[in-house]
Amino acid sequence: MDLELMINSFPKLLSAAVITLKLLSVSLIIGLFIGLFFAILRLNKNIFINRFAYGYSYVFRGTPLLVQIFIIYFGLGQIEYLRSTILWVILKEPYWCAIIAFALNTGAYTSEILRSAFQTIKPGIVEAGKSLGISNKVIFYKIQIPIAIRQSLPAYGNEIILMMKGTSLASTVTIMDLTGVAKYIISTTFKPIEVFIVAGGIYLFMTFIIHNVIKFLEKKYSFN
Amino acid sequence: MELLAFGDTGWGDELFYATLMTIAVSITAMFIGFLFALVFTPLKLSKNKFLNFIANSYTTIIRGIPELLVIYLFFFGGTGAVMFIASIFGYNEYIEINAFITGALAIGIISGAYSTEVFRGAIQSIDKGQFEAANVLGLNKFGKFFKIILPQILRLAIPNLSNVWQITLKDTSLISVTGLVEIMRQSYIAAGSTRDPLFFYSFAAVLYLLLTFVSMKLINRLEVKYSRGY
Repeated sequence: MDLELMINSFPKLLSAAVITLKLLSVSLIIGLFIGLFFAILRLNKNIFINRFAYGYSYVFRGTPLLVQIFIIYFGLGQIEYLRSTILWVILKEPYWCAIIAFALNTGAYTSEILRSAFQTIKPGIVEAGKSLGISNKVIFYKIQIPIAIRQSLPAYGNEIILMMKGTSLASTVTIMDLTGVAKYIISTTFKPIEVFIVAGGIYLFMTFIIHNVIKFLEKKYSFN
Repeated sequence: MELLAFGDTGWGDELFYATLMTIAVSITAMFIGFLFALVFTPLKLSKNKFLNFIANSYTTIIRGIPELLVIYLFFFGGTGAVMFIASIFGYNEYIEINAFITGALAIGIISGAYSTEVFRGAIQSIDKGQFEAANVLGLNKFGKFFKIILPQILRLAIPNLSNVWQITLKDTSLISVTGLVEIMRQSYIAAGSTRDPLFFYSFAAVLYLLLTFVSMKLINRLEVKYSRGY
């Protein structure tokens, strides 16, 4: 055990963890909107819209996140037309490519979580709203969405933790996040176990915090 | 389409073998995962607090740390660990470990943590009366387990194990960082030499979709088989 290396690498890894958290929070926020959008499409009765939304979530859940990042980062740059548009400002940055991939990925999982949450809402609740003369729009935004959010909290908590682990793939497209820095230190010092303990410890700490925040929210918004 | 031709002119046969490699690594990893689950599930259900603690640490740590970091640990640490053990026995030459074994072991340990949780859940949701009834019938330990408990565990566990299989299959793409030529690595090589990453990575995505689609169909059959009578 090289304690000195562990102590020395801790601040470096900690500042890299900030990048991990940034990647995580930005992609979760964008992913939540994507997820909500596709969950609403899934509830649509039009078969084409429905199938489109299902296809989106099937493709993004059925392929590895690594493939998705590589298609966006290496693949899209190949299209000449894209290079001439304003989109290129975003797509040439590995940071934004990673965020786009993460957001689309988590959006697919979130849409499934929200869809099942919407479907478990008892029809009686919607009917109660209607009989009170509330418009459909208000029923959706003020009754169905809050209930769906509460229902989906446990599953969404898991998704946040999975996504946090997913952000480690950003290191494959040159971003120095927690895993990227850990790999760099390992490959320069050849002390994998020490670095793994420190980096893994930071990841576990973040998992622990997320887990407890979700638990707290579940309790706060529980119906009982 | 020329790019996918079999033989020297295209990447068809290379990608075909890479797909077989992905399947082989996934199955090996899943199997190693089952072995881990076989050890850790009883520890999780044990009444001994210390054994409990060991099993809980295993599942919590593995499920809370990114797969890629675990793979890096095995990739960079594996050779060192094996050489250290070998040096105890007086062997000091350089030993290179097969990328397949390192990769399958790393993914297997991850997969094992998920499988352990699935089996624990399945065993806990079996009614106590089933165990008692088996005792009353005078079955021995093996008969009790294989004829009464295991079929019920499988019925409850198969839907969740199919999720674990999906996770394992997708995680094998991460082994590409260690140089094992599976779908992702082969696409990377092909993309590099043809300068057509969009095509090859999209094709890799299609291959993975195909694998998940086919395996889901097969698992659904198993599910039907084990839930007859319900």
